[in-house]
Amino acid sequence: MVKDNSVSSIVLDVIIHISLFFLLVVTLYPVLHVASVSLSSPSAFERGLVTFYPVEFTLESYKLIWEAGTVPRAYLNTVFYTILGTTINLIMTASMAYPLSRERLPFRSFYNKIVIITMFFSGGLIPEFLLVQNLKIYNTIWALVLPGAISTWNLIIMRTFFQSIPIELEESAYLDGANELIVFIRIILPLSKASIATIGLFYAVSHWNSWFSALIYLKDSNKYPLQLILRDIIMQGQMAQELAAQGDLSLLEKQTTNVESIKYATLFASILPMMVVYPFIQKYFVKGVMIGSLKG
Amino acid sequence: MLSISHLEISTQSEKALSQLNKKNRFRRLLTELNRTKYLQLLVLPGLIYFIIFKYIPMYGVIIAFKDFNMRLGILKSPWVGFENFIKFFNYPQFNRLIINTLVLSIYHLIFAFPASIILALMLNEVKNQTYKRFVQTVSYLPHFISTVSIAGMLVLFLSPQGGFINNILSYFHIEPIYFLAETRWFRTIYTVSDIWQGTGWGAIIYLAALSNVDQEMYEAATIDGATRLQKIWYISIPAIQPTIVIMLIMSLGKMMSLSSEKVLLLQMPATYEVSDVIGTYIYRRGLIYAEYSFSAAVGLFNSAVNLVLVLISNFICRKVTETSLW
Repeated sequence: MVKDNSVSSIVLDVIIHISLFFLLVVTLYPVLHVASVSLSSPSAFERGLVTFYPVEFTLESYKLIWEAGTVPRAYLNTVFYTILGTTINLIMTASMAYPLSRERLPFRSFYNKIVIITMFFSGGLIPEFLLVQNLKIYNTIWALVLPGAISTWNLIIMRTFFQSIPIELEESAYLDGANELIVFIRIILPLSKASIATIGLFYAVSHWNSWFSALIYLKDSNKYPLQLILRDIIMQGQMAQELAAQGDLSLLEKQTTNVESIKYATLFASILPMMVVYPFIQKYFVKGVMIGSLKG
Repeated sequence: MLSISHLEISTQSEKALSQLNKKNRFRRLLTELNRTKYLQLLVLPGLIYFIIFKYIPMYGVIIAFKDFNMRLGILKSPWVGFENFIKFFNYPQFNRLIINTLVLSIYHLIFAFPASIILALMLNEVKNQTYKRFVQTVSYLPHFISTVSIAGMLVLFLSPQGGFINNILSYFHIEPIYFLAETRWFRTIYTVSDIWQGTGWGAIIYLAALSNVDQEMYEAATIDGATRLQKIWYISIPAIQPTIVIMLIMSLGKMMSLSSEKVLLLQMPATYEVSDVIGTYIYRRGLIYAEYSFSAAVGLFNSAVNLVLVLISNFICRKVTETSLW
């Protein structure tokens, strides 16, 4: 850009830079504050001394969460759900997207219409809930992982991607006598690593952050994922009750003096993985959004 | 018999020909089906998934027209027609639900929607590319933080005991306010969290459009003596105007389909007057009070309204910009 040094230009720059700085602060402060409180002593917190750095540094809150056991278990649950869920997602989505991208599939436009309709209309919460009950998967991991196995949006993105793979690459394989399964696994999939990674990340993040399915489909609290436990602890103050039930009085005592700090610690523990992974995965998401918006 | 006329020969041969054609077409279909059998095998699991998890619930929505009884099942439960719908329309808080849903959507449109545009325009003016990318990356971090975490943060920060917002207020000698329990704060809190979460992410699309603008246009404008603001007004904004229009129309189409997860996490009975939306009502009446038929009816009503709005908005989109959703 040709440089413009007039007063109005400088004023504009100043305004923009102040605004952007404000944006950075507002975006990062909540996260820093949560981290700081979780690492500060409860009394420092009660005295309102904690801003964006720990005051009277202590790991006590995290120790208590670890000892109580609910959060670590929920963490493992979430990791397991995410891995299983994303694997199923990718297998189902890719295996459906590929045939839909090939024109020689019989009834192809009919199948495409079936898919698109689901973007505009759905049965609703209650029929889906009743279905899960009737399939006898209520209160199991399958209720979390099967109903969302294919996201129509991701399916369309993947289909578009497969369409861009030229058919000539397959034709020589067909001449050599390969069938479509072999072509899919040996030729198409290796070429699709970027798309699979992107879609896989979409699904994985969605599993990691999900809580509502678990809320309505899970009954046993030892199956709860991290987000649901987080909600229970922060919104309902559940931890104290659980510890009382376990009969561990000394832990309970420590808990009650630390109640607020524990909430902050649990919260930070649940956003930490996402933030650590974020810088590496964010560019995949941005690209995905661009593709998605071009198509739709 | 030699009395067969030419006419009979031609009709007979026509019939034979068309039968042969039909057999050929059938045989060709079978060959085609056989040739692509592995492709069809691949598409089969997905199809089964769609039928079971998407289309069976669509059928299941007929319980909205019945008085659903768990023991009798869907087929045997008695038929009640539109009774559930009428019950919903006569529900004293019916107006409130619709208004709350619409107000939150409208607030989003007035505040969160322009915020993304303004952010994109500002970022576009930043000359240092590294700084620009850094700010951008930080700006869409909140999008990846889960809804529960965001609601959790709000609960903690706005808490009358120790939340930092109330700490700040106490410096000004203001008594602690229990924000989330007061109806006058709910919509503000909700909208602000929308802005915090969505501004950066929403700006991506506009930034992409802005990066496609030919730099020479800006240079030509400088030669013509244009100020920065003029360049923004006459070049940058028109460049993203089609994008803005499409996004705006799509948002209008989604007015009644407000995602209710965050509302569910932030609401409490004390604030239902402003915080109860259609989605949370469906959840509460259906899954907490187990009024399956009634809740399904409300859900169906909501889906139908959303479908109509989306179709209308897509139609307008097509008319206005020659582009559409499909």
